[in-house]
This record gives sequence, C-alpha cells and structure tokens, in this order.
Amino acid sequence: MRVASHSHRLDGSAGGCGTVNGAQTAWDLLHEEAMFPRITTSCEDLDNILGGGINCKEVTEIGGVPGIGKTQLGIQLAINVQIPVDYGGLGGKAIYIDTEGSFMVERALQIAEACIEDMSECGGLLRKDFQAFQLKMHPNNILENIFYFRVCSYTEQIALINYLDKFISEHKDVKIVIVDSVTFHFRQDFDDLALRTRLLSGMALKLMKLAKDFSLVVVLLNQVTTKYIDGSFQLTLALGDSWSHSCTNRVILYWNGNERYAYIDKSPSLRSASAPYSVTSKGIRNSASNCKRIKSGVVHLVISRVGHG
Amino acid sequence: MANKQISQMGLPKSIANVFAARNVFTAKALSLMELRVQNEHLAGHLPTHMKGLDEALCGGIPFGVLTELVGPAGIGKTQFCLKLSLLASLPANYGGLDGHVIYIDVESKFSSRRLIEIGVKSFPEIFHRKEMAQEMAGRIHVLRPASLSEFTESLQQIKVSLLQNQVKLLVIDSMAALVTGEFEHGAPRQKTLGWHVSFIKSLAEFSRIPVVVTNQVRSQSRDETCHYFFQVQSWNETIEDRTRHDSHLVAALGINWAHAVTIRLVLEAKSGQRFIKVAKSPIAPPLAFPFNITSSGILLLSDDGIELTGPDINTIHCQGLSLRFCWGNLQKNIKWMPKTTIGHY
Repeated sequence: MRVASHSHRLDGSAGGCGTVNGAQTAWDLLHEEAMFPRITTSCEDLDNILGGGINCKEVTEIGGVPGIGKTQLGIQLAINVQIPVDYGGLGGKAIYIDTEGSFMVERALQIAEACIEDMSECGGLLRKDFQAFQLKMHPNNILENIFYFRVCSYTEQIALINYLDKFISEHKDVKIVIVDSVTFHFRQDFDDLALRTRLLSGMALKLMKLAKDFSLVVVLLNQVTTKYIDGSFQLTLALGDSWSHSCTNRVILYWNGNERYAYIDKSPSLRSASAPYSVTSKGIRNSASNCKRIKSGVVHLVISRVGHG
Repeated sequence: MANKQISQMGLPKSIANVFAARNVFTAKALSLMELRVQNEHLAGHLPTHMKGLDEALCGGIPFGVLTELVGPAGIGKTQFCLKLSLLASLPANYGGLDGHVIYIDVESKFSSRRLIEIGVKSFPEIFHRKEMAQEMAGRIHVLRPASLSEFTESLQQIKVSLLQNQVKLLVIDSMAALVTGEFEHGAPRQKTLGWHVSFIKSLAEFSRIPVVVTNQVRSQSRDETCHYFFQVQSWNETIEDRTRHDSHLVAALGINWAHAVTIRLVLEAKSGQRFIKVAKSPIAPPLAFPFNITSSGILLLSDDGIELTGPDINTIHCQGLSLRFCWGNLQKNIKWMPKTTIGHY
C-alpha cells in the first residue's frame, strides 16, 4: 500500500516519467535502507566488513566447517536482535529454526547474560532511557523472546517456512529468522537432485519474500562439502551451484592458521573482505589480537550511534 | 509435551493445530530451559565423574544430542563407554540415571568382567553386595548386530523400548565399524549413513536421553588438505602443510558426520600421554585434559584443561604410546559373559 501511494504522489507532482505501479525508485530505496539499521554481530571487525552488521530485508547465508562457530553466531544474532536500536539491535524478537538439534539453551543463557553485562558497562556513557532498559533486559526475558522451532525432516522444514508468514503476521515484533542449518535435511537421502534444487529455490524465494514483506533479517546457516576443481579438492558450501545464487549475501567462516575468519564471498553491496573473530564464553567477540582498542563491538557501536543521536 | 509447548507460544488455533499435526516441536527458549531444569536430572546432563570434563560440558554428557568419542584404537573409547553405562544404571543418589542402558557392541569389545571391576573400584559400597551388582549389570543390555541391516532393524525396536521410558542411555560402539566395509567409499555409504544419523538423532531428541557413539580414525590422505578457493597458498606453504598433515589422523565417516554430531570428544596420545579433548561443543571452550586408564575407569590427571586455540583441537595424534597391550585387545579373547548382561531383542 505504502509503495503504491508513494508512486501516486510522484505522479501528482512534477509529472516526470510515468511511474510503474508497485515500483520504487532507487532514491526511495536508499532512504528506506537508512531507516533499517543492521544487527551487530558483537564483533567489531565482522560488523565492519558487513557494513555495520547483518542487513534487513535480505537473506544472508553463513557457512563453514564443523566447529567454526555457525551455531554460535546464530545464537548471538538471536540475542542481539533484541537489543534496542540505539545499542546495535532491532528491539525485536527472534525465530530460531533448528534442523540439527544444535541449539543449546544453556549456551543461549550464557550469551544473553554476557550481552546484558556488556550493555551495563557502556550504560554509563549514555544519557537517556538506561534505567528503563536495564529493568527490561533480564536473561529470562531474552530467552522468552526467542521462538524456537525444531524440524526433523525436509517436509517439516518447508511446511514451517510456508507458515512463517502467518506466524509473523501474528507476531509483528519478530525481526530475525535464523535457520540452523538449512542444509541438514537436504543432504541425507535425496535421490532426486532436480527435486532438491526445485525445493531449495522455492524455499529461498519464500524466505526472500518474508524478509522483504516484514523487513526481517534472514540468516541461513550452511555446511560445507568438498568439490574436485582444477585437479584438487576444494572446500565449498553445500547444496550445490544453483543454491549458491539463491541468497543475497554469502559469508564463509574459515580457519586461517589458528584464528577464525569470516570472508564475504558474495554481496551486491559489500566488498570481498576478511575479518577475524573469536568465539568466547560470552559469545562472538573480536579476536583476541584485535581486542586492545575496544572491548566489544557493542560498545563501539553504541558510542558511534550516541555520537550521531 | 509438544502440544503443551505450542499452547504456550500464543499461536492462533489454526497454526497451532497444523504444527501439532506435523509434529513440529516448538517452544519459547525460556520454557525449554525451565522444563529441563524442573524435570531432568541436572538440567539434562549425565555426569561422567571426571570433574574437569563435567564442568566444561556444563554438567556432563547432554541429553537429547549425539556425543561422539573418536580416537585411535586402544586409546580408551570403550573404557569410557563402559564407565558411562555403569553411571547411567546407578541410582539417583549416586549421581546416576537409575535406568537401563542399551549398548550396541559391534566389535565385541564389551567386557562385563571389566564393567564389574570398574564398578567395584569406583562404587565399592554398591558393588560389594552381590544382588546390587547383579541388578546394575542387569540393566545394561548388550546387542551384537552382525550387519548394518540387523543394526537398522534393532534401531526400530530400540525406538519402541525408548517409548517405554526405561532406557536412559544408548551407546553405539562403534559406528564406523558398522558402516565401513559394507560399502564402497562414496555416495551410497553417505546416503545410508545419513539416514542412520537422522534416525539416531531423532531417537535422542524425542526420548531426551544421551546417545554416545564411538568413531574410528584413519590417516589423512594428501587430497584432503582442503581449503576454499579464496585461500591462495604459495607453493612452499603447500609443501609444509603436506608434511604436517602426513602424521595426522582424522576421524572416519566424513564431513557430513562431523557436522551431524553435536559434541565431539577426541581421545589421543601425544608424547606418550593420553588426552581427552572437547573438539566440538556448543557450550564448552576447546579444552584438553590429560588422563590415564585405571582400574576404576578413566582418571583425569588435571581438572584444569589446557585451552587449545585454532583447528588443532580437531587433529588426532597417536604418538609415543604403545597401544598394543590395552584392555580392548586383552578382553577380546575372553568368550565368557555372564547371562544377566545379555538382552534379547
């Protein structure tokens, strides 16, 4: 509705070129983007290569080898989305779709507690609303705002994603959907690869639509596989070549020596870049070697936002 | 239970019904936590009685997920499994789960004599009384599937007995032995393994029991030093990597399996000392604990683990330890098994 009325307004004014019904101009899109802040990952370096954090209205795919920290990042984002906008979040709730059983509540609690601690630390730097905020954010409240879904087969996964738009219409404060992992049920037991490709692309389109209609952040976690290219085996994200086109952004988490790194493999607006990060008892943070300057990404973000606000 | 959770989510009736009909389990994360704290032993953990490891894993081996033990032959995987089986059968006041255990013994490594010895040495007050020893040992049901298809059949039967709620631990020793040798390396094996993995994971989850699976190792072939396309390496670096990796072992069963397990405990030997490492876990830091095998099971030499950085936590070493004379090899030759420990399914 909003878009249509906008184009009518344009028609009414200077007359310009005939606007196509339902289209938005690039200028409008630019302003719209500014209205939707990104979600911080709690690692400043990672946020930087992401242009500030994970973006709304887009599907971001994050993949890596086992143990690199995909689920950790997923849980961190499910918690960070709840942070008020001024502090790097979206002040909303999270949907966590667990296809592998890797979500551990105890870990979510640990990360939630650390997040609140970090907030309190930088609270002194801020003027307004801090008291009110502190009362609202208790680790249990954070857990309460994560809607957890466990699906055990690919049919359940697809059914659930198809019903998400009804669910989110009823729960308008959901701001992020995380699927951990989108791969698991599509890797076992699929005889008909053509069917798999169709199902996956249907699912991707559905998720993209959700992201756009409800202004959500959609994060899909993916596994890796090996591919024989140019005479040697290489690591690559799973689910095949056609899937690799489905998501807006693609981030690969990998080991570089003894450090964890993230690499922007594909993005319409971000440059290919790598950044180190670490997984600590508090969740995702800057890598130890880069920790000297600022303690956590959240603090930095807060400072930068307060400066402008 | 799923229905109760759904009603707490505040979903409109139509959606709630659809989810219930499709068995989609859903809840608010907080209610998950509360439910576990209220209803489950130590909020869903089986303590291993190895203090450092239990602390790292927030209580012990978690319920509802797959825990993998991987390491070279003779390192102590079966010993660990025997100890866990015992612990699960003990009454609650001794820190056990007071339940039955299903032990799938593929390579005939289960030794009831050793089990009783561990029991007597670790819990003398229980095991010195013959009827108690008989009852505890009687709770451990050992299955010996001769082939993968037999195993698949018994899985279905296990599902039924899990529904009766008496079984509190499932041990599969070892998964690798079941799968390797049946197939050529490649697609057919991956597909079958995939089915079994999904099935076992769902068994673990709906019955909320710990499932421990052991895995073997194999040497890493050169082709496996894998990197992404954007990780450009100089020629010299590549050679160095190859020599480094030649001496390492990797877990069998491939990368899909590695993704599927929730917790991976690596047992290895470095310079003659055995270590147990938490290589993959959603909650524990990458710690390595030195240990020895004693008459009462596995004993950690230090409860403060050594924190390892980098992918080294995943590498499996087998240096400096003569693993030929170990429990597994000795006990293999003993055919005698007391009747109480063998269950028929």
